Amino acid sequence: MSDQVPLLEASGLTVRFGKVTALDGFDLVAGTGQLLAILGPNGAGKTTFVRAVATLVRPAGGTLRVLGHDVAGDPIAVRREIGLAGQFAAVEPTMTGLENLQMTARLFGHRRRAAARAAATVIDLLDLGAVAGRRCATYSGGQRRRLDLGASLVGAPRLLLLDEPTTGLDPVSRREVWAAVRGLAQAGTNVLLTTHYLEEADELADHVVIIDHGRAVAAGPLAELKANIGRDVIEVEVSQPGQLPAAAQVLSAVTGSEPRVDPLVHRASVTVGSASQPGAAALAAVLTGLAGQHVSVGEIGVRRPTLDEVFLTLTGHRAGRQGQPESAGRRLQGSAR
Amino acid sequence: MTQPTMTLPPAVIGRPAAPPAALTAAAQVAIRVLRKFVRTPGLWAMGIVQSALFLFAFRYVFGGAAHVPGSSYVDYLVPGYVATIVLFTGGGIAVAVADDRAQGLTDRLLSLPIPRLALVLGRASADFATNVWSILFTAAAGFLFGFRLVDGAAHALGALGLCLVYGVVFTVVFMVIGLFAPNAQAAQGMSMIAFVLAFISSTYVPVATMPGWLQAFARYQPITPMVDAVHAQLAGSTSDVALALAWSAALLLVFTPIAVLRYRRA
Repeated sequence: MSDQVPLLEASGLTVRFGKVTALDGFDLVAGTGQLLAILGPNGAGKTTFVRAVATLVRPAGGTLRVLGHDVAGDPIAVRREIGLAGQFAAVEPTMTGLENLQMTARLFGHRRRAAARAAATVIDLLDLGAVAGRRCATYSGGQRRRLDLGASLVGAPRLLLLDEPTTGLDPVSRREVWAAVRGLAQAGTNVLLTTHYLEEADELADHVVIIDHGRAVAAGPLAELKANIGRDVIEVEVSQPGQLPAAAQVLSAVTGSEPRVDPLVHRASVTVGSASQPGAAALAAVLTGLAGQHVSVGEIGVRRPTLDEVFLTLTGHRAGRQGQPESAGRRLQGSAR
Repeated sequence: MTQPTMTLPPAVIGRPAAPPAALTAAAQVAIRVLRKFVRTPGLWAMGIVQSALFLFAFRYVFGGAAHVPGSSYVDYLVPGYVATIVLFTGGGIAVAVADDRAQGLTDRLLSLPIPRLALVLGRASADFATNVWSILFTAAAGFLFGFRLVDGAAHALGALGLCLVYGVVFTVVFMVIGLFAPNAQAAQGMSMIAFVLAFISSTYVPVATMPGWLQAFARYQPITPMVDAVHAQLAGSTSDVALALAWSAALLLVFTPIAVLRYRRA
């Protein structure tokens, strides 16, 4: 409809569960026509925000408008605009994919025939034709997740809410879901997704909001955020532990930044200094330097920063679970789980 | 997977003109619950097999030692057993409700533009149907194990009607248990409370045979008048029927709003 109405408008949004404050004055304005990723560690408030948008939790304070509708004042209007696919694949395992979609379509308000049409369309859209007549209990993780996604689409929502859409999926299934989400976004559906995988935000999102302790700590177009926080990391693993200091020295000399040294795994890593010094160029210099010092290298590479490193940059603490000590070993890697 | 070529879903699917009518929504919710029940043998078969086995044990194992004044034990046992069978099989309702919450199905339903009341109504209707299945099956098993009507079929219908009313009441009670249980296992455990109510009542033995301190509880908890009313109906009397219906109404009045409110913020 109108371009003037923002997709989401959160102002001072506060949600509490007993003594726990899950969202603590969360502010966000997001326009339509984009794929927005909410990025943050477990316990940061991502899921709570999605649940607030889906009218499933009642805010203790602040306001939240979805396409102009107030979640507290007019929840039914909000529910007509959204489709929710959760962390759990919320489909009925004893029903077939087709039955699940038709049921959800009826519950969105479609009449019988329109519901059948919507279900058939979504099955085509998500490439589920081969399994549509089978009970969902027999589906693979990726098929289930795609069906869950489909169930959120049969009402033709203007905003698709995906709460950690690929958590727990194997890499192949994850790519299947990514392809589907990307296709939907390209086709014009507004998407809000939460993730704790930087890689996922990287693959899918136009805009990223980074959330920590219930507040937005950074927001903006992905490219912009990347320029600030997404610098490459060069990581060296030495074959002989005794040569680790020498390797660290080379990293420091080439990049001008303080390397992180992890003697346990014989690794030293450093964030590549600036946008003017791309990771690959620095890597060549590092290799030359290491050869000059006769450091025998076990493994070396340029990689994207882990979420942990992004968080360190942005918030000054590691991306552990809220309230846990930094050394708790719960390091969230960009791609590992 | 090859990248599917997509077109804008709203353009292809079309947005529904209005949210569904409450009854349409309730019917869809009910159909899902019933499909799950019918398609899961563990749900429709286990309850009734247990019910038949326990009835068998009470009738043929303990029954020989149990003497009740004025009738054979099987004729005493079966009416109360049928009337309270939902206290045993209804635990499945609590488990299913808790499971739906844990699995995210409840969130999905709550995020759709349907009235909360439709959700409760659909769920309760379907769960009541599963209770009817238990009641009818258990009654049939009762006849198989030697129960006979002494006073004609017309009175039996009144007694069955009462059992169905209790079926409605305990559907809602078990829904509430499921809504408060953090997970399916907890729901199962919490449902065991119902066993205690059934055992310390006039279901299996007359209250007068219990120690005095226990009689006080047995006599004034709802199950005893509910069972006594069924016995009375079968004998063509209406004694205790008003009390049983009053208890039923009271339980419904307490538990229905709890169920609706709890769903609202589930």
